Amino acid sequence: MPTQAEPDGPAIELRDATKRFRSSSGGVHTAVRNLDLTVRAGEFVAVVGPTGCGKSTTLSLVSGLEPPSAGEVLVHGRPVEGIPAGVGYMFQNDAVLPWRTVLDNVAAGPRYRGAAKRQAREQARDWVRRVGLGDFESYYPHQLSGGMRKRVALAQTLVNEPSILLMDEPFSALDVQTRGLMQDELLRLWAGDDPLGEGGGAAVVFVTHDLEEAVVLGDRVVVMTASPATVKAVFDVPLERPRDAEEIRLTPEFLEIYREVWESLREEVQIARERGAGNAA
Amino acid sequence: MLLELDDQATAVAQARAAGRRRAVTVNAVRVLLVVAVLGSWELAATYWIDPFYYSKPSAIWHRLTDWFTTGTSQGSIWTQIAYTLEEALIGFVLGSAGGVVLGIVLGRSRFLSDVCAPFIKAANAIPRIILASLFVIWFGLGMSSKVATAFVLVFFAVFFNAFQGAREVDRNLVNNARILGASRTAVLRTIVVPSATSWILASLHSAFGFAIIGAIVGEYSGADKGLGLLINHAQGTFDSAGIYAGMIVITVIALLAEWLLTLLERRLLRWRPPVAGNEARI
Ligand SMILES: Nc1ncnc2c1ncn2[C@@H]1O[C@H](COP(=O)(O)OP(=O)(O)OP(=O)(O)O)[C@@H](O)[C@H]1O
Ligand SMILES: [Mg+2]
Repeated sequence: MPTQAEPDGPAIELRDATKRFRSSSGGVHTAVRNLDLTVRAGEFVAVVGPTGCGKSTTLSLVSGLEPPSAGEVLVHGRPVEGIPAGVGYMFQNDAVLPWRTVLDNVAAGPRYRGAAKRQAREQARDWVRRVGLGDFESYYPHQLSGGMRKRVALAQTLVNEPSILLMDEPFSALDVQTRGLMQDELLRLWAGDDPLGEGGGAAVVFVTHDLEEAVVLGDRVVVMTASPATVKAVFDVPLERPRDAEEIRLTPEFLEIYREVWESLREEVQIARERGAGNAA
Repeated sequence: MLLELDDQATAVAQARAAGRRRAVTVNAVRVLLVVAVLGSWELAATYWIDPFYYSKPSAIWHRLTDWFTTGTSQGSIWTQIAYTLEEALIGFVLGSAGGVVLGIVLGRSRFLSDVCAPFIKAANAIPRIILASLFVIWFGLGMSSKVATAFVLVFFAVFFNAFQGAREVDRNLVNNARILGASRTAVLRTIVVPSATSWILASLHSAFGFAIIGAIVGEYSGADKGLGLLINHAQGTFDSAGIYAGMIVITVIALLAEWLLTLLERRLLRWRPPVAGNEARI
């Protein structure tokens, strides 16, 4: 985050990245194969693909939690070794600490990064309010609804002001109304007067199962193949910003691009489904 | 509307009254049971069985009051209690500290745990009573041999729980902390230790009991003070009432310690959702 190798270079670059895991039967399972993907600084990329194809694995490569088995992963122009500075990652399963209150959960990031307790709490309080949990500061996670916990996780990630934001199905557990609200909120925070990241909006990689969500949010939508994951197609979303998550779904432009992406995605979902049925049989 | 509220209030009051009645009944039956058991023991020992072997409640009570008013064969009862308690406490503190530290270190390091696994299993399989005799030879009849016995008993009880607790830490939480900027030590301090706390606290309950057992077994193997010596002496003089009385004193101490640990646990685990059917817990 503080020093960017080349200010105009891509924020994230995956070059021919491959990730293999040892499978439970002792063989080798390829989760991601020869994946090429570039995300510019300030760009919002939505990723869709059939379940189990390797989307989360791709994010873990970018976050530095898992090293690639082959190929290269670059963040801000530098090969990823350990966790790169400026990365925020909202996991698929929310990872709030059950023994900390909402406020202390959100203050965790600044505390880890060396802020004094008072200052960390102040920063946290601001973000807790921004995600609409001002009245629940001193609640423990088990006292919150699933949607509220997701918002805690969101605040926890955003309080660090990441320049690269990885989100793994952050809103899939929410009801439709809350999801719409959160999508709007995310867009506002990402592009608002006080955008995340250094010098303008953060680069976002947003994994979702919900194609509608992908098109509403993304500058581009990346369709992944059935396992092992690789990029099948990339679609530009030429919808104007700022977007209203609720309204935009009803426009003809939206429907057109939605249909186009769905054509591409449907085949992969079909393949994954047949494979699943084959395994079950 | 008002009527409804009224109804609700009555219902709540009725439920509360029923709960109170139930608590009274439960306690009354408990008291009755104790009276019945002690009463029939007393009767049996007076008329049928030989109180020399089996003692009887009145004799035990007599012995207890005697201990606390005039003192024991070994001196003041409080000295004996304090002595045993000190041994148990030192063993408990050292043993649980050692168990927690080693458990967490091995729980987080695959390499170390692989290296140490067979040794720990072997050490755990050694009968501890034999160790108590060995410690008397090593450390003499003083306090340190009892502390050592208590330590060994506590250490293993706590170690295995701390190890398991540290090993079962949610990877997701660790990864999240690392992404948020936590160093290795910060992960250990803010994620691993709190996650393992409920495991460790669970083991501390039984660990204090073990510490007392360790101290008493140690005193049995040779000592110049303590409750174990008292009981040993009672056995030597065929004083069954003395054995029972010693047992009661130890039980009361263990229950008090258990109560204190429960308070500590409540304080440390405030964040946890309340257990369903809390009242039904024993
Ligand atoms: N740590 C691991 N060890 C072994 N296999 C793994 C591991 N992580 C992921 N996999 C495998 O890699 C494949 C891709 O997993 P991944 O979690 O990336 O899928 P996904 O696209 O995120 O799925 P979903 O949409 O359901 O979240 C799966 O088959 C999974 O079993
Ligand atoms: Mg996933």
